[in-house]
Formats: sequence, structure tokens, C-alpha cells
Amino acid sequence: MSSSRSLSLALTALVIAASAAAQGVAIQGIGRPATAKELVAWDIDVRPDFKGLPKGSGSVAQGMDLWEAKCASCHGVFGESNEVFSPLVGGTTKDDVKTGRVARLTDAAYPGRTTLMKVATVSTLWDYIYRAMPWNTPKSLKPDEVYALTAFLLNLGGVVADDLTLSDSNIGQVQQQLPNRLGMTTDHGMWPGKGMGNGSKPDVKAVACMSNCATEATVASYLPDHARGAHGNLAEQNRLVGAQRGADTAVTTPAKPSVPAAPADGPASAQALARKLNCLTCHGIDNKVVGPGLREVSKKYAARSDAAEYLAQKIVSGGSGVWGSVPMPPQSVPAADAKALAQWIAAGARP
Amino acid sequence: MSDACPPPGRLVKAPEGFLSKDGIRKVFAEGRHGRRDFIRSAFAAAVAGAAAPVALGQSNPVPADGGDPNILNLPAHSTGLGQGVATDGYGKPSKFEANVQRRQSPGLTQTTQSSVSFAPLQSLFGIVTPSGLHFERHHQGWWDVDPSKHRLMVNGSDPSLLKTPMVFTMDELMRLPMVSRFHFIECGANTGMEWGNVAVPTAQYSHGMISCSEFTGVPLRVVLDLCGVDYRKARYVLGEGADGSSMTRTLPMELVESGEVLLAYGQNGEMLRPENGYPLRLVVPGVQGVSWVKYLRRIEVGDKPWATKDEAIHYIDLMPDGKHRQYSSIQECKSVVTTPSGGQVLLDKGFYNISGLAWSGRGKIRKVDVSVDGGRNWRTARLENPVLSKCLTRFNLDWVWDGKPALVQSRATDETGYVQPTFRQLRAVRGSRSIYHNNAVQTWLVQDSGEVKNVQLS
Repeated sequence: MSSSRSLSLALTALVIAASAAAQGVAIQGIGRPATAKELVAWDIDVRPDFKGLPKGSGSVAQGMDLWEAKCASCHGVFGESNEVFSPLVGGTTKDDVKTGRVARLTDAAYPGRTTLMKVATVSTLWDYIYRAMPWNTPKSLKPDEVYALTAFLLNLGGVVADDLTLSDSNIGQVQQQLPNRLGMTTDHGMWPGKGMGNGSKPDVKAVACMSNCATEATVASYLPDHARGAHGNLAEQNRLVGAQRGADTAVTTPAKPSVPAAPADGPASAQALARKLNCLTCHGIDNKVVGPGLREVSKKYAARSDAAEYLAQKIVSGGSGVWGSVPMPPQSVPAADAKALAQWIAAGARP
Repeated sequence: MSDACPPPGRLVKAPEGFLSKDGIRKVFAEGRHGRRDFIRSAFAAAVAGAAAPVALGQSNPVPADGGDPNILNLPAHSTGLGQGVATDGYGKPSKFEANVQRRQSPGLTQTTQSSVSFAPLQSLFGIVTPSGLHFERHHQGWWDVDPSKHRLMVNGSDPSLLKTPMVFTMDELMRLPMVSRFHFIECGANTGMEWGNVAVPTAQYSHGMISCSEFTGVPLRVVLDLCGVDYRKARYVLGEGADGSSMTRTLPMELVESGEVLLAYGQNGEMLRPENGYPLRLVVPGVQGVSWVKYLRRIEVGDKPWATKDEAIHYIDLMPDGKHRQYSSIQECKSVVTTPSGGQVLLDKGFYNISGLAWSGRGKIRKVDVSVDGGRNWRTARLENPVLSKCLTRFNLDWVWDGKPALVQSRATDETGYVQPTFRQLRAVRGSRSIYHNNAVQTWLVQDSGEVKNVQLS
């Protein structure tokens, strides 16, 4: 066999081997098999049928301790808080647990929608807590801790008993108690595949009438005048050249919100550090958000000569009871940052 | 109203934030009784309350002394030496364009890390969103990820669904056959604050959770083929991010098989911006933005959907019967006039170019009609090329403003024949509590002062 013939045979074999050939050229040497260790590290998702759920267990009581240490500062002691995020608990009843439908979802006058009013799959709670919570230290919880927190959350909502220990073996039964477990539908035209939905059939049908169309051109809703400036001065939010300008709404601009806008150029200030380390998520500069305003703190300790040292220690070790029952979790920040923040707060938290 | 504004230094949620506590109670009470009379006369009130026209722009009269000083007195840039090349290695917009910024909606969220910034649609031309003005939605803060350390893993919910679970580096992904395509990305909650009533003043806040870019990457299908996916069994795909939230969303395999879904690293000729998922994100044309997973680290193929947090607790649409629509993903046909739009002021009577954007998650835009009388009569606008599938389309229409109040609207039709509905038509089917997928016709009231107001018609 001539060498040129064997080369062409080899090339043909290569082309046939690759199913993902582009323009007839084989793709090879790209990517490698994932190792078992790598798959364990990243494949953490849990499906509604509990495929992917790690073995383990945790009790309501254990969940309560974890909750107060790691969750309550954002979600409230009873999961009811909307200070930072939407409330998790509330709006469900014992009847809902029986029927599997949250009755209040049909009441247009009921103001909020909590997580427990909406969620239909307990796997969703488990999966999300495991992958994304706590907010500033995601993926730090062990499976047993996630079982405990899921149990406590459901207990807060009156879904499971105080003495429950949730585990991979009884989570299927708990699924059957979720208040809104029958509350979802996929009967709509907005899923772009064949496995669910009604085959992309739109639910709202309009026609493109062109003249003398039946319409009531009456204004039913608009922003009240006092809200004109609620989004800042619109003159500063439009281009300075062209067919239009922005309306000058500075007159009714409300006071600036406590969470500052993006930092200006320049060296990083202590305030920028506070923003970077997410302190300002829970503390306003002047006023309480979840925790006290930083200037309220400086005022309280103005007379103490060791205020900076004291506050640096509070930042690192956390605390509760001084300003209310919501605890501040210990902050894992470098000691130098804690010191810089504490000095800045002690000196009045000036920009 | 002394109590109209929220107390200083305290963020409050929109739209209740515009009202005092008493005001909120009143609105809720009125709403419960279905009484809208108290705002029904708004058209008259809004017109009556309008201030006298203010000369905002430059007038252009013939000068009394025979010449415009801007012509007669040569400026420094005509008589001096300008700046050199590469003064700035990455050029920036003119300093006169500093107002064109993406912005947060005050009071909408309590943190900046789980929040959204809106693209300034009222100031953009054409269909491409400059990358630095692309809207942002982060669930747990953004990162600038080192591409040399970023990996993509592909595996199956079950080992039988593919031959080989694999790992890819960015270098490897960028060697694969690449495609470049223009697509819009719209958050499912875009215009979500307006379901019940008007809540925000400008197109930036009402429609600014949409952007459009040229994305470059490799079709996900190519990579799934390399792993030997069994397409008969694996009908669902999970995308997962590498950031703190490790966002996950389910996609249908049909979209991947169509070749439309991309593993994208390029955006408008350069790499993705960190805020938009550098170095790798999913591009899922026609589907809401939450599915375009950023910092993409893993693809799992499966035989069932996953019911992840953002498809089981959020991004579900509450219907009047109390059920939530789950896995609602397609962004249906929608349009908005961007100039003139809310919060702007027309400089004078006379000729204007009405301009806006139209899009559909089901394909190309077929036509856009524009009304200036609140929907009684319509004229068909010019569509500017290119008109691409699942991409923004720019439309324009000549208009002479007579100085009288005008209700400006646009209504898009896509290539499937679907016509963008009015609020009334949309609410008749879906109620007003959905948050997501509000694609109603937008109305801007041009008052006789020239100031434009965001309004909703009855």
C-alpha cells in the first residue's frame, strides 16, 4: 500500500469518527474526561424526585440554632423579615397543608407572597440553601446543616412538627405536606420545548386594528406629581443634545437613600471598604436598616476611649442584644480591615 | 404634601414608595373596591397641571447682527492642535455624554449585590447596546473571573445519558467552531413593576431590563456531541454558574438541538464584560435573561426538569386562579417607543422622528404600528435593517407634533402573527399580579408643555 493511500485512509477514518465534525474536519483533542472527584465537587444539584440528594439528617432544634446564627440577620428570627429580602414564611395555613393549594394566592388583596406560599417542591429549598446560602458565605453549609435548616424553615411555617428530624429517608413524606405542592401549572405557551406546556400557543390574542379602533383613550394610571423626582433628577438622566431633554424634576427629589451609589474614583476610603465588605447591606450610614446606623454606633460610644478597639472586636466576633434581638454574625474580614472600619466608625463614619 | 416623600435615609420598595402610609392604605382600599375613579380623570388633571413650555434646547434664529458667534468666532478646536492617538488605550464616550448611564431603580432592592441596573433605552440608537450600558442582574454579586482558571464541566443526571462526562478549559472552548449572532436578552421581570399601575417615570426603568449584543461562541450542541449525549433520553439541560448563587435553570433540549444556544465568550467584538458573565455565559435566544447563566461552570443533561429556585420560587407567573405558571420562558413579542418617552421634554412643536425598539422571542418582527391618539388610529413604522430573529429591531416614524396632548404607543407583530396586546387584553387573561412577562403596549402622554409622562389607559 502506498504511503499516500494509507494517509488518506487515516484521514477518512478521522472524519468518520467525529460526529461533531464542522465542515468535514474532525474535532479532536479538545476537552478530557471529568474525574470522579471533580464530579462530586461540582455536581450538587437536587431534583424534585430527590436525585442528587446527599444522605444525612438534621432536626428542627438544630436548625433553630443555625438559623439564629447564620440566617436571622437577613431573614428575621421568624423568617418574616422583608428588611433585606422577601419574607420566607407566612401566609400559609393548616388547611393549605391538607389541600396542597395556598388559598391566599387567590386573594388579590393579600399583600405579599412568601417563599412558603409559592414553593411546590421541597427539593428546591434544599438545593438552594446548599448551593447559595448564607448569602455572603455560600456553599459553607454541610448537608446535615441544610437538612436542619430546611426542617426549621418548614417548622416556622407550621408545615412540620417541632420534633421532626428531616432526612433523606423522610423528605418524600415532607414533600406531601408542602402547602402549595399542587399550585404549579405548565399549561401555557411559553416553554420552548415539547416536554411541557401547550406547544407554544399564546394565551393572549390581540388584533392589529389600524383605524377607528374601539379603544378608550382615558388615562387610568400615572405617577402622582410628588413622585416626579423619586427616581432622581431626570434632566441628568438624558442626553444633553438632540430632540429631547430630560425633565427637571430636582424640585421634588426626595432625600438620598442610605445605601450609597457606586464609589467615585480615587483612593479606597473606609466607606468604600464598608461597601465592599457588605456592611452597608445591613447598616445605613445614619440610620438603622437591619442593624443600627453606623453614626448611631459612633454616637453611642463617643465617650469611650477604647471605642475603636471595642468595635473592631465586635466586627470580628459578632454579637446581639445591644441594639436589639437580631444578631450580627461574626464577620470573616482581615484584621486590618476590621481595625480600619472600627476607627472610621468610632470617628463618626464621615465620607 | 409634607408626608409624601419617604423619610430620609430609608429605602422603601416601589411602587408603594411614592406614597405615604395613608396613601398606601387608600390605594389598597380603593384597589380592593375596584374603584379607579380617583385617577380616571387623570388625563384632564395631567394636562391641566402641566407647566408652561420651557425653552430647554437651543433655538436657532437668524442672528440680528448677521451671524452666529459659533460660526463667526472660530473655536479652539478649529484653531489649535488636538490630542494624540492612544491618549486613552480604551476610549470612552464624550464627556458631554455623562448622563447616559445604567441606573438602579431607587427602593426596588435593599442591596446592590442582589439587584438590577437598567439600560438607558431613551438615549440609545440602533439595536446594539454598548457593553458598558448593558443592563445588569446579579443574584449574589458579580466577579471578574480569571479565565485561565475557569472550567466548564458537562455531565449527566444519570451516567446513561452521555458517553463521557468532560471538562473543558476556556482555551479549548475558544478553539471550537465559533459563530457570531445578534440577540436580545430581556429579564422576565422587565416592565414587571407596571403590572398593577404606573410605578416608574422613564423608559429606562420601565423597559431597561433589555439589551442587545452580538454574541460570539460555540453552539452548545457541538460540545454535547463531543461528550456523546444520548439525545433520545436527555431532553432537558441544566446550566449552572460558578458565582456564589451558582444560578441554575432548566432548558429544553429542542433549543440546544436547533443550534441556537451558545456557550458565549464574546460580546460586541470583545470578551464578555465581567458584569455580563466573563469569561463564559449561556446565550439562549428568545428566552428570558435568567436562563442565560453567567460564569457558566457546568452543563448537566437530564430526563426531567430541575425546579431550581429561579424556576420554582421566582420567575413563576401568578395567575388569577392562584396557580403559578412554571417554566414560562419565552419572551413574547413586545415594543416600546424610546423617543419621545417618559421623563423627556420635547423642545418645541413641529417635526419629530418617533423611534423605538421591537422584539420577539419567537422570531423576527414583521411590523410595528404607532399611534399618537391612544390607540384609535395607527400608522405602520419603518423597520430599520437588519431585522433579525430574536433580536432587537429599530423602528422609526415621521411625526409632526401640533403642541396638543398626544398619547404615543407602539404595537409590534412578529412573524408568527402574534400581536402585542394592550394592558386590558393582557390583564383579562393573566390578572395583574404576575410580576413576570408583562409585554403590554406602552403609552407615553406628551403633555402640551412638551413633558412626557408614563401613563396607562383604562
